[in-house]
Amino acid sequence: MDKVERRRERLDRGIKVRADGLYALTSWREMFYLLVPRVVLIFGLLLPPLLLEMYWQRVLCQAGIYALLALGFDFLAEYVGLVCLGGGFFIGSGAYISGLLNAKMGWAPFLTIPIATFAGAAISTLVLLPCLRLRGIYFAIISFMFPLLTVYIIIALNIFGGTEGITALASFPNIWVDQYLILGVVIIALFAMRRLVTEDIGLILRSIKDNDQAVKASGISVTFYKTKAVFIAALIGCFGGAYLSHLYGWVGISQFALDYSILPIAATVMGGMGTLVGPVIGAFILTPLSEALRGFGQMRVVVYCLILIGFIVYKPEGLMNVLQRKYHQFEHWEEV
Amino acid sequence: MGEEIFLRVKGITKSFGGVMAVKEMSFEMSRGEILGVIGPNGSGKTTLVNLMTGFVKPDSGEVIFKNKKITGMPPHKIADLGVTRTFQVMRPYHSLPAFKNLIVPLNSPRIRRTRGGRLGDKDGVAIDILEEIGFERDAYVPYKIASSLPLGYLKRLELARCLALKPEVVICDEIFSGLSMSEISTMVPLIEKLQMEGMTIMMIEHRLRELFRLVNRVMVMNFGEKLAEGFPEEVMDNKEVREAYLGTEALPC
Repeated sequence: MDKVERRRERLDRGIKVRADGLYALTSWREMFYLLVPRVVLIFGLLLPPLLLEMYWQRVLCQAGIYALLALGFDFLAEYVGLVCLGGGFFIGSGAYISGLLNAKMGWAPFLTIPIATFAGAAISTLVLLPCLRLRGIYFAIISFMFPLLTVYIIIALNIFGGTEGITALASFPNIWVDQYLILGVVIIALFAMRRLVTEDIGLILRSIKDNDQAVKASGISVTFYKTKAVFIAALIGCFGGAYLSHLYGWVGISQFALDYSILPIAATVMGGMGTLVGPVIGAFILTPLSEALRGFGQMRVVVYCLILIGFIVYKPEGLMNVLQRKYHQFEHWEEV
Repeated sequence: MGEEIFLRVKGITKSFGGVMAVKEMSFEMSRGEILGVIGPNGSGKTTLVNLMTGFVKPDSGEVIFKNKKITGMPPHKIADLGVTRTFQVMRPYHSLPAFKNLIVPLNSPRIRRTRGGRLGDKDGVAIDILEEIGFERDAYVPYKIASSLPLGYLKRLELARCLALKPEVVICDEIFSGLSMSEISTMVPLIEKLQMEGMTIMMIEHRLRELFRLVNRVMVMNFGEKLAEGFPEEVMDNKEVREAYLGTEALPC
C-alpha cells in the first residue's frame, strides 16, 4: 500500500541580507516588507481610541500602563538577565512623587510627570542597587518584596495620606489626552527600546546576561551597566505610575498592588519573551480580556488562568515569536 | 632600589573550606616574558589565575602590578589596569557574529582612555583584531555567528577579547586544551608574535611539548604550592616534578 508521506517545509522569504536587525534593502518590495508590520502596529495602537466607547477607552489607558511595565520587564529579563517583579514599586514611586508634587506644591501634570518619571526611576534604582549582584530567582524575590514593604511603611508611619491616599489631583483635560499620551509613550518607548538593544549598550547588557565574568575580564563594570539597565526600565515604569496618578486624580497604596508586578509577566509570556513587541501586544490583549471576563463573576480568574495555561502549553514561545516566524517564512506541505 | 616591579605575587593563599587551593605562592614576572605554569589536575592553577585577576579574593598575600597593589580590586578594575585573562570554559555571545563579541571590550573605559575618546568604527577595529589573530576576512570568518565557529576559533576569539583591551599582561588559562595539533601549531606563532610586540604572557597549560617551545620560564604547581621554577629543561629534570607527574617509584605498602 502506498502511503504518501508529507512534511512541512519552511522557506525563508524576504530580505536577502539580514543579520540581527541590520538590513540591506535593495528594492521597494523589501522596504514594504519591513514597513508593513511596523505600520500595522502603530495604527493598531493609535486607532482604537476612535472606535471605542468611554468605558473601554479607560481600559485602554490601563492597558497602556501594563504595556509599559511589560516592556520594562521583558527588557530586564531577556536582555539583562534580571527577573524584576518590582513593577508595583515603579508604578507606586512614580505615582506618589507626582501625586505629592501636585497636591503639596500645586504643580501641573506636565511638570510633575517628567519629574516623577526621573525621580521615581532614580529612587527605584537606588533601592534595587544593593540587590543587583543577585541573579535569577533571588533577584526576583527581593524585587517582589519592595512594593509590599513600601505599603506597610506607608501604613505604619501614616505618611503620604496613609491608607486614604492623596486625593483630588489634577487630571488631564479630556479623555483624548488621556489615551494619546499613554499610547504615544508606549510607541516611543517600544521603538526606542528596540533600538537600544541593538546598540553597543544593548550588546554589553546581553553579554552580561550570557557571561558576566567575561564582561568583567573585559574591563567593564557589570554593576554600572546593570544599574543603567534598571534605570531605563524604571523610567518607563515610573512614567506609567505618574500618568496613572493623574489619570485617576488619586494616589493610594493600591498603586503598589501585586497586579503591577504580576500582569506584566503574563503579558510577556503570552506575547513572547525577548521580542519587546510581544509583551506590549500581550498587555493590550490581557487587560481588556480581564475586563471582559468580569461577566463571569468569581469564575473570572479561572477563565483567565485557563487562557494563560493554554498559551503556555500550546504556544510556549509566545504570540509574537509565532507571528514573526509566519511572516518571515513560507510554510507549505510537501510530499516526500 | 627604586626599580619598578612589573608583576609580583607575594605569599598568596586561598583555601576553600578545608582545602588549601593555593598556598603561599610567590613569584615574579618581568615585562615581556612568557611564564608557563604547569601542574597536575587540581593543583590550583586556575585558582591562581582567579586570585591574580580579582575573581577570587585571597585569604592572605598580595599581587603587585607596576608598583600597585591589585589584590582586593574588583576584576574589571584589574582588567582596566591591563591585566586580562582568558577563560578555560568559553562562553562567547552565541547568537552574535564573531566580531560583535569584541564590542564589549572595545566599549571599556580602558580603550576610551588609551585610544583617546570613543572609537568611531568599532566594528572595523573588531574585524581588524580578529583578522590579526587568524580569522580569515576573505572567507568571512569574522562575520560568522559565534555558535557556528569550531573550537579553535572560539579559543582565538577568547584571546581576541583580551587583546581588544590592549592589555599589558595576558593570562591564558589552557588555551591549547581541546585543540588538534594543527590548530595548536597555528596558535604558537601567534603567541610568539604577541611577545615580540611586548606583551607579558602567563600560560597555564597541560600540553607540555608546545608550551616548552614558547616559554622563557616554567613554574610547576602541585597541591597549591610551588614545586619548582626555572628553565623548562631544568624543571623537567627535577625529581619532585617527575614524582608529581608520574608518581613515586616505590609504592607505599
